[in-house]
Amino acid sequence: MRAPAGSDGLPARPGARHLSPAPGSKEASLNAAIIVFPGTNRERDMAIALERAAGRPPALLFHRETELPRGTDLVVLAGGFSYGDYLRCGAIAAHSPIMRAVREFAARGGHVLGVCNGFQILCEAQMLPGALLRNASLRFLSMDCHLRVERAGTPFTGRWQQGAVFRSVMAHGDGNYFADAATLDRLEGEGLVAFRYCDARGEATAEANLNGSARNIAGILSPNLRVLGLMPHPENYVDPLLGGTDGLPLFESLVDALAAAPA
Amino acid sequence: MTADSAPQPLPAGRARQLAAEFGLTPEEYGRVLAILGRVPSLTELGVFSVMWSEHCSYKSSKVWLRELPTRAPWVIQGPGENAGVIAIGDGLAAVFKMESHNHPSFIEPYQGAATGVGGILRDVFTMGARPVANLNALRFGDPKLPLTRRILDGVVRGIGGYGNCVGVPTVGGEVNFHPAYNGNPLVNAMTVGIARADRIFTARATGVGNPVVYVGSRTGRDGIHGATMASAEFSADAEEKRPTVQIGDPFTEKLLIEACLELMATDAIVAIQDMGAAGLTSSSVEMAGKGGMGIELDLDAVPQREEGMSAYEMMLSESQERMLMILKPGREAEAEAIFRKWELDFAVIGRLTDTGRIVIRHKGAVEADIPLAPLESEAPLYRRPTAETPKPPPLDPASVPDPVGIEEALRRLVGSPDLCSRRWIWDQYDSTVGGQTVRRPGAADAAIVRIEGHRRALALTTDCTPRYCAADPEEGGKQAVAEAWRNITATGATPLAITDNMNFGNPEKPEIMGQFAGCIRGMAAACRALDFPVVSGNVSLYNETEGRAILPTPAIGGVGVIEDAARAIGLALVPGCELVLVGATRGHLGQSLWLREIAGREEGAPPPVDLAAERRNGDFVRARILAGGVRACHDVSDGGLLVAIAEMALAGDVGATLEPPPAGIPAHAFWFGEDQGRYVLAVEDGAALLAAAAAAGVPAARIGRAGAPGGALVLPGGRSISLAGLREAHEGFLPALMEGR
Repeated sequence: MRAPAGSDGLPARPGARHLSPAPGSKEASLNAAIIVFPGTNRERDMAIALERAAGRPPALLFHRETELPRGTDLVVLAGGFSYGDYLRCGAIAAHSPIMRAVREFAARGGHVLGVCNGFQILCEAQMLPGALLRNASLRFLSMDCHLRVERAGTPFTGRWQQGAVFRSVMAHGDGNYFADAATLDRLEGEGLVAFRYCDARGEATAEANLNGSARNIAGILSPNLRVLGLMPHPENYVDPLLGGTDGLPLFESLVDALAAAPA
Repeated sequence: MTADSAPQPLPAGRARQLAAEFGLTPEEYGRVLAILGRVPSLTELGVFSVMWSEHCSYKSSKVWLRELPTRAPWVIQGPGENAGVIAIGDGLAAVFKMESHNHPSFIEPYQGAATGVGGILRDVFTMGARPVANLNALRFGDPKLPLTRRILDGVVRGIGGYGNCVGVPTVGGEVNFHPAYNGNPLVNAMTVGIARADRIFTARATGVGNPVVYVGSRTGRDGIHGATMASAEFSADAEEKRPTVQIGDPFTEKLLIEACLELMATDAIVAIQDMGAAGLTSSSVEMAGKGGMGIELDLDAVPQREEGMSAYEMMLSESQERMLMILKPGREAEAEAIFRKWELDFAVIGRLTDTGRIVIRHKGAVEADIPLAPLESEAPLYRRPTAETPKPPPLDPASVPDPVGIEEALRRLVGSPDLCSRRWIWDQYDSTVGGQTVRRPGAADAAIVRIEGHRRALALTTDCTPRYCAADPEEGGKQAVAEAWRNITATGATPLAITDNMNFGNPEKPEIMGQFAGCIRGMAAACRALDFPVVSGNVSLYNETEGRAILPTPAIGGVGVIEDAARAIGLALVPGCELVLVGATRGHLGQSLWLREIAGREEGAPPPVDLAAERRNGDFVRARILAGGVRACHDVSDGGLLVAIAEMALAGDVGATLEPPPAGIPAHAFWFGEDQGRYVLAVEDGAALLAAAAAAGVPAARIGRAGAPGGALVLPGGRSISLAGLREAHEGFLPALMEGR
C-alpha cells in the first residue's frame, strides 16, 4: 500500500500508513480504511474526523489495491472529484479495482460510509439505489445545511435521537438525489432514509432542500443498515474551532457499533 | 556552435514582418539579429518574442518594481522565483503568489478564470508546498450590462470549477464593479501553500548531463502566443482571440499536485518549474538561465496531444497542467514510477549542457540555437515616460449636503454593488475542503486557515481600492497595502508579507506609467512602515479596450500568522458587548462610496493614510485581541463607520445602539466618511480598552453597545433600522442581478 498523504514532507498526517493498532491504542477500536481514488480530495478531512472519534488514524488505501487491509471494519469513500467527475460523478471510480473488494466486504456485512462523491460512487456501483443529479440550481453549492435524523439506532446514527436536527456542510454540484417513486416509497417504507434536509427547526421544507433532492433526502441506508451514503460532510463539523461538533455523533456512533462488535 | 547543423533562418523580410506581428519593436528585433548574428528561424523568433513580451519580461515595470522592499528576517525567498516564501514558525514556510488572468477571462470567462487558478496553484506547489488556500481579487464592469453578468457568472463558475475539483479551499477574495472594467475585467488568483522551511524547491538548474523531464498533460496547440496576447490592448475583435485561451483540467492538476509532492519527498529533484505563460520556452530558458547552464531539448520526445505539431507550436503552446524538472542522474525510473502511478505522462526530453545555449531539435533538424545569457541580459528594459496624476483638491464635507438621511443612505449602501453581500459568489466556492478553515468568507476580515497538525494558522486577505488609486496613485498604493495589513490585524494575526498583482493600462502612455510609478511609491512606503515586504508578484499591463484603460488596480494579497488559531476573532457582533472605535475620524468624504452612491459624485482626494498612526493603531488592536476580551473586530473601510457596524451586526445577527457623533463633524461625514487606520472593536470592558488606548496614545471612543440577537441598529435620537430590512438589501443584490430573484 502506498499512502498518498504525508508525501509532502510535512509532519505526519492522520491516516498515513497505519494499519495495525498503534502501540498503546485500545484493542477494541475502529479499523477504518479510506479509499483514495484519483481526484478524491476530502480524505484528510475524513481522516481527521475518524481519528478524533476513534482515537487512531484510519488507513488510506489507493484505488489500485485489490484487497482491504486485514481487520478492516469500516470502509469510507470520501468526497472529491474522482476521475474529475468525467462521464458521470462516481461512474469511473465505481469500476476501480478496489471496488470489487468493497462490494464483497459489504456483501459479507461490512460497514461502508460514502460521503458526497462517495455517495455518488455507491449509487454508481449499485450498492445503494438511485442517482445524484445536477443541483436544481445548476450551481455548485457550498454552505451550511441542516439535517434531520430519520432513522436513529443504526451503526451510523446511534448517538442521535430520532428526529434530531444537526448542522452540516454541503459542497457539491451534483447532490440532487433522484430515484423513481417506487424506490422512494420502498426506502421510506423500510426506514432506509437516514437523513433529510430541513430548516433549523427541523421542518423539511422546500427552501431547506437546496439541491432539489427527491423528498428532501440527504442520505440513505442499505437494507441491512450497514451501508450509508449521504451528500453533506459531517466530517467538516468535528472541531469546536471550525464551527462546531455537529457531525461528530456519526463517527462516535460508528465507534460505538464497531469497536464493540467487529463485523 | 554546439549544434550539428544550423537552424534554418526565415527569409529576412518575412522575419521582420513576423517579428512585428509577434509584438517585437524594430529596435527589439535588431537586438535579436545582433544576438544571433543572423536572421532567426521561426522557432527562434517565437522564443524571443514571448521571452521579451511584457508578460514574461516585465520590461516596462521592472525598473519600478525594484523600489519595493522585499526583505525581512522572515523572508526565505523574495521575488524572482515561482512564488515568494516566508517562515511562519514551527519550521514551516508559507509559499504564495497572486497572478492575473485578465485577458483570457474577458475572451472566455470560464476557462480564463479556471486556468488562472490552475496556473497559480502550480507556481506554489512547484516550490514544494501543498496548496492550502485560494483567494482572488476580481473587478467587473457596470453590473447593469448583460456582458458584465455573463463575465461574472463565467468567472465565478471557472474559479469554483477548478478550485473545488483540486480540493483547495477558496477562502477569500474581493470584488468591485466599475464601468472602467466594462471591456477589461480583472481576474487575479492567489494561492497559499505550506512547506517545510528547509525543503523549498527552486527553478535553478544545475549539473551537466542531468535529464530534463516533462510531466503532466500532453502538449497541444492551445494557448499559442497567450503571453503575447496578454501583452497587448484589446480591440473590438477580442472574440477572434479565443484560440489563444487555454483549457484547464483540474483533475489532472490534482494528480500533478499529488505526484509532484510525492516525488519531492525524495531527493531526486534538482530543479522544477511549471510551464505557465510561454510554456516550454519560458520554463526551459529560465531554468537553464538561472543555473547558468545550457539546455538541449528533443521535441520528438515531448508527449503530444495532436499530430504534426511543429517545433514552433510546441515551444509556444500554453497547454495546461505541465511541469518541467531537472532530475539527479539515474533517478528517472523512480520518478517515472510515481508519475505513472498517478496516470500522468512522463518523458525525458533533454539534458543540461555546459554550452550556455538552448538548442532545440525536432525531426532530425536543429530548430533553434540561442545563447541564453543575452536572451536575459539583452532583454529590453524600459524606463518609460511618466506623467503624474494631478492631485485632486480635497473635498470639503460641508460642500456635500446629505440628500437622503442616514437610514436611507445606509440601506442603499449595504445593497450597492461594491458593498452588498458576496454570498452568492462564495457559496459557489468550496471553502471548507481540507478541514482547516477556521474562519470562512464573510466571517472575519481575513480568512483563517489552520495548518494541519498545528495550532498555528494563516490569516489571508486580498485588497485594493482602485478609485483611490485613480484619484491619487500614491495614496491609493499606500491604502491598498495598509488595508491588507489592517484586515489581517483585525483577526489578531501578525501581518508578515504580501504578493502584489499590478493591473494597469497601456504603459506606453505616460499617464498610465505615472499611475504605476505612483502606486509603487505608495506601496513601498506602506510596506516599509508596516514591515510588510513584497515577496512575489505579477504585472498585468495593457488592460485597455478600444483605448480606454481600467482604474489602476494594484491588488494586494496579504499573509499573516497567528500562533493559536483559537485566538483569532471574527467580525460577528456578540450580544452585550460595548463598541469602541479605534483611530481618528475626520469625516473624509472624498472618493467615498457614500459620495458615489448617494451624492452621485466621484471626486476629491482619497483619504490619506498616516502610516505612523496606522502602525500604532494596528499594533494596539492586535495586542488587545491577543490579550483577550475583544469578542469581534472589523476594520473600517469602504462605506465608512456605519457600514462597518452594520456588517458586524448582520454577521452576528445582533443589533446595536449607537451614541451621537462628536460635535464639529456633519453626521453623514462621521458615519460614512472613509478615514483610514480605524477599527471597530466589540469588547467586554469598554472602559478598560479606552484606558489602554489612552496609555498607548491611540485615539479611541466608545460609540455604542451591542443589543440582543435579532433586533435593529438604533441610531442616536432613537430612530432604528431593522436588521431584517438591512439584510434584505445586503443579501438581495447579487441574487437579483444574477438569478432574477
